[in-house]
Amino acid sequence: MSSNFVLIENLKNISKICPVKKIQLFNSEITLVVKADDILNVLLFLKNNYFCQFKVLSCLSGVDYPKNKYRFAIVYDLLSIRYNTRFKVKVFTSELLGIESTVSLYSASDWFECEIWDMFGVFFKNHPNLKRILTDYGFQGYPLRKDFPLSGFIEMRYNESSKRVMNESIELSQEYRTFNFISTWEY
Amino acid sequence: MSLKKKSLLKRIKNFTINFGPQHPAAHGVLRLILELEGEIVKRAEPHIGLLHRGTEKLIEYKNYIQALPYFDRLDYVSMMAQEHSYCLAIEKMFNAKIPRRAQYIRVLMAEITRILNHLLAVGCHAMDVGAMTPFLWAFEEREKLMEFYERVSGARMHAAYYRPGGVHVDLPKGLLADIFIFIEQFNLRLIEIEDMLTENRIWKQRLVEIGIVSSKESQDWGFSGVMLRGSGINWDLRRSQPYEVYDELEFKIPVGEKGDCYDRYLIRIIEMRESLKIIDQCLNKIPSGPIKSNDNKLTPPSRTEFKQSMESLIHHFKIYTQSFTIPSNETYVGTEAPKGEFGVYLVSDGSNRPYRCKIKSPGFSHLQGLDFMSKGHLIADVVTIIGTQDIVFGEVDR
Repeated sequence: MSSNFVLIENLKNISKICPVKKIQLFNSEITLVVKADDILNVLLFLKNNYFCQFKVLSCLSGVDYPKNKYRFAIVYDLLSIRYNTRFKVKVFTSELLGIESTVSLYSASDWFECEIWDMFGVFFKNHPNLKRILTDYGFQGYPLRKDFPLSGFIEMRYNESSKRVMNESIELSQEYRTFNFISTWEY
Repeated sequence: MSLKKKSLLKRIKNFTINFGPQHPAAHGVLRLILELEGEIVKRAEPHIGLLHRGTEKLIEYKNYIQALPYFDRLDYVSMMAQEHSYCLAIEKMFNAKIPRRAQYIRVLMAEITRILNHLLAVGCHAMDVGAMTPFLWAFEEREKLMEFYERVSGARMHAAYYRPGGVHVDLPKGLLADIFIFIEQFNLRLIEIEDMLTENRIWKQRLVEIGIVSSKESQDWGFSGVMLRGSGINWDLRRSQPYEVYDELEFKIPVGEKGDCYDRYLIRIIEMRESLKIIDQCLNKIPSGPIKSNDNKLTPPSRTEFKQSMESLIHHFKIYTQSFTIPSNETYVGTEAPKGEFGVYLVSDGSNRPYRCKIKSPGFSHLQGLDFMSKGHLIADVVTIIGTQDIVFGEVDR
């Protein structure tokens, strides 16, 4: 990827211009770790800088690390069609802090942010319509957090006597078990 | 008695209707809240999540091999294309190389999948708009393609054929010859479908200049695949960031001009032709050899091997119980699925299960654009726009 070369060269300068905490490299994947307060500015720079041109936000994902103080990592996957490069920008936040919404920069992040709010409970400030998007109407809890159990808390069933669908707290006849099968030997 | 002018004016309120979730043109379970002024759509608000199955959560509780079949069930009309992204992500983290034959088989099946998907896209789109016949022809062809699926994997749809490190089994005898016979006759079917639609007056009235997306908008909304190419952006991951053997194959990338539904329809038809060309090249070029990597930490040993060698037996047992472990890392891999860029963002923590597996589905971004695409159009055009976006709810809701 020759176009990547331009960016790697440029990367040296990025840390001068942008408030970047860390730059991670894996194979050809570049990740910028950025402070939560700076995310909007960094993305604005990456979107409009002549040597970056990351016009497409291809994916926005959240990862939960419950042991960390800032437990949620929000990862912006950017794509520059002009230079044929991908770039990841990573931000750490906690359930109380929340981060700035990027809808003003990328319209695509509207639903992506709703999804992260729905799944992780990370609040996005200045989002035009932050709503639960994938879970059911009236759902409570944040399912993709690591402390949310796989089987959830409620189950839905059709009640024959009252002739309607009702939500009940889940009853498992056998406790849910996870088998990790991981080898106990070091090898 | 004098009438006040004010009381003569009728107070007009926009009409809000609920479209779906059970509507044949909604391609599944889409609930749309449409705000109408007369017949003109003022606002279209999709409510999604009715098919949400928590795939990402489930994957976190399965090991790497068990997680694979979930990918078939996301976009259930282009099954193998999604396994592809997942397998590539794992191979990237594992730094594994897969044999040439496996790469060709993957490309071959990926292109079959592309035809499979576009046939449904064009067929159902035509049916939504009012042409029943192409739909029937398309489904007949789809059935033949699913037969190929069945012959390689044993399943018509949810194949789980691609595995990390290669493919599950080698192609059965005679399959390549039958695929060759298929592409010969499929060209004719394509011409027939085009005869019905391309110059059809009604079809053009319904599609031309409907749902126009400018190139700026398509990037801003994160569109990919046909939706991006329809708006005049020459971007295809098979060409720009080639994976497997796409850089050795010749194919053209159709690009639209206006960015309307008709352009996207044409692109889908041309892409099917190009897929046929790719399949044809694969048939000619496919080498013989192994079909999965011989790294037994990643792929199970072959049946004959594991009946003779103790070590292979251990490897077999280990892979199918513990699966493999991947050191702590993370990667994002996107491939050109028929609907657009299907990405997998995989985070591993050194165990045998993905720590996080975010699935980037193209349909999610596309459906988000429904509001701006249908604004100012008639209510009947909403159906056209849903059709042209090629929405499948398995992947949108995940």
